[in-house]
Amino acid sequence: MFEILADRAIYIPIIVLMMIGLYIVVATGNLVKRLVGLSIFQTTVGLLYIAMGKVFGGQPPILVSSYGHGDSHGDDHSAEAYTNGAHTDAGHAAPTQDAHETAEHAADYAADAGADHAGDAAGHVADAAHYAADTVLYSNPLPHVLILTAIVVGVATLAVGLSLVVRIREAYGTIEDTALTEADYAAESGGRE
Amino acid sequence: MIDLIGALTPAGIAQHAVALLVVVPLIMAPIAALMPNGRAAWGVTLAAAIVTLWMVGVVFGQVHAADLVSYAMGGWDAPLGIEYRVDRLTLPVLGLVGVLGLLCVVYGLPSVAQEVARDKQALFYSAFLVCFSGLLGVVVTGDAFNVFVFVEISSLSTYAIIAMGAAQDRRALTAAYNYLILGTIGATFFVIGVGFLYMATGTLNMADMANILRENGHDRVTQAAFAFIVVGLGLKSAMFPLHVWLPNSYAFAPNFVTAFLASTATKVAFYALIRFVFGVFHPDAGFVMVSLTWVIAVVGVIGMLVASFQAIFQVDARRLLAYSSVAQVGYMMLGMGVGTSAGLSAGLLHLVNHGMMKGALFMALGAFALRFGLRRISDLNGMGKLMPASSVALTISGLSLVGVPLTVGFTSKWYLVSAVLDRGWWWAVAAIMLSSLLALVYVARLLSAVWLQPAPTHHGEAVAPRRAPWAMLVPMYLLAIANIWFFLQSSPLVSLTQRAAAAVLGGG
Repeated sequence: MFEILADRAIYIPIIVLMMIGLYIVVATGNLVKRLVGLSIFQTTVGLLYIAMGKVFGGQPPILVSSYGHGDSHGDDHSAEAYTNGAHTDAGHAAPTQDAHETAEHAADYAADAGADHAGDAAGHVADAAHYAADTVLYSNPLPHVLILTAIVVGVATLAVGLSLVVRIREAYGTIEDTALTEADYAAESGGRE
Repeated sequence: MIDLIGALTPAGIAQHAVALLVVVPLIMAPIAALMPNGRAAWGVTLAAAIVTLWMVGVVFGQVHAADLVSYAMGGWDAPLGIEYRVDRLTLPVLGLVGVLGLLCVVYGLPSVAQEVARDKQALFYSAFLVCFSGLLGVVVTGDAFNVFVFVEISSLSTYAIIAMGAAQDRRALTAAYNYLILGTIGATFFVIGVGFLYMATGTLNMADMANILRENGHDRVTQAAFAFIVVGLGLKSAMFPLHVWLPNSYAFAPNFVTAFLASTATKVAFYALIRFVFGVFHPDAGFVMVSLTWVIAVVGVIGMLVASFQAIFQVDARRLLAYSSVAQVGYMMLGMGVGTSAGLSAGLLHLVNHGMMKGALFMALGAFALRFGLRRISDLNGMGKLMPASSVALTISGLSLVGVPLTVGFTSKWYLVSAVLDRGWWWAVAAIMLSSLLALVYVARLLSAVWLQPAPTHHGEAVAPRRAPWAMLVPMYLLAIANIWFFLQSSPLVSLTQRAAAAVLGGG
């Protein structure tokens, strides 16, 4: 039980943040604060994607001729993210640059992963080792690209939302939900404005 | 007709038709924004809509010939590249959006000229084109993340053009804001679902996902993905409990926008939902079938009763029709929830038919608003004498909404009932009948005001009749006549939707 949780530890803050964002949207009556909540909610999706794109022991997906041995194993990881990393490795187009170092890396990776996920990960490790034998192991870059797009969408949403709030403030003189409802109700029951 | 279009199109263009029908409106959008006045921008928009419809025709011909058109965007092949994929399931919705887009643009000129501030018209048309392009993109793309991007492209511009209704009524602003909040939550849910699917399958190409899911089976990750995607797209398509953004948006947006959105936007989101539920997940999977039966169908039935009931008590005419739209989505959900090929094709048929009838209805209300500035049902008194042409169109499409024989509304309800009976769901048939009766009540409210009430007088003098401009009457009548035509000649539409359902479910 504890191990399952530990494997997926990164998802706990993501879920918490997501719920915080959604709760703000529902709970507040202030239109700007509501947009803040919405932004938190949207941004957390970025975290979700990035977390699942992380391949155990993988380098950041940046092409470099010489790279250090940044030891970033041992954070989080779920079996799902893992499978997915292995599956999409074909898309990495990783160059063969430093055979010696990659081999070393693969061994390192295999040992590390083997220790962490003794039984179930064995197949994946073999898989990953196979790749790593002649390539550099990268984290999956695709989610990063997707999230770049999603960030742009989020910014655009925020911009449209804020400009709507500006116009609402001009038209109604308030940005509180209850006051807006009252004004609309008065307009509806007291003839056209 | 379609052969002729195909023959007239150069091969170089026909080859890229699937991409062009998204790209053309997208490129025309900034050009429209640069136009000096609304009329010039309208010309650009009209040109874009015509070219798009032409491309839709070309794609129709290609799919009829080859069953499937797959286009690798930028030359990057699927599954790694983004694939545009049109198969028979796509055709009904693609045709609907293409045709309604053009008709609404023709209709829009007088309406927008009156309702949108002069200096904003060019920008308004520009935003409309972006929305149009986004909707087409959702329909033709075969890439799950690309669906999200196009949904957001169309939604963001939709928020803006709904808010343009603020010149008439400031409540358009709050309506657009609420739609923005809920729409964004919906889109974010959808993208979370896509993320889970990506976790489980490692691909974003929808056809590829379907293959991998079929081989690997489903686990809890894909079930979570299913739930997120259904809720997300359900919000966008105004499924019953998730519809709260819709009535105000439709009621306060400019008339042109309402006519366009009511007949296309929710339909496209619903199509995307069908594409995911049937094309990516498959009803063969136990949990999909269970949720179709116990969630989608049941909620659809509740929705068509409750929303019809709410529609009866509306004061604002467009809001009445907006609640009716929610009820009609309930019929489509029921068709989808049946889970058989017959049910899905009935749902799709109702989707297309509903696009036609709601388009004509909102266009007629827009004509009343243009000439007399009317919005409330009680204001429609005597319109039958003052604007007979628009009133007749309103009547035809209103009766179609109820499902009176001789109109397409009857055709799709007929197929829906027979599909539901195949599953032995008597309760659903009863609900369809009851909901149709409720529809009769709210349509009768409109029609009795229009035809039976005396015409208003102005200081004791009779008001002179005013005719809506031709630009409004022609598209309105094309749609109203289509409502009758496709009852008499039901086979083209019916076979189109049956093949669509067969393409995704197999068999016939």
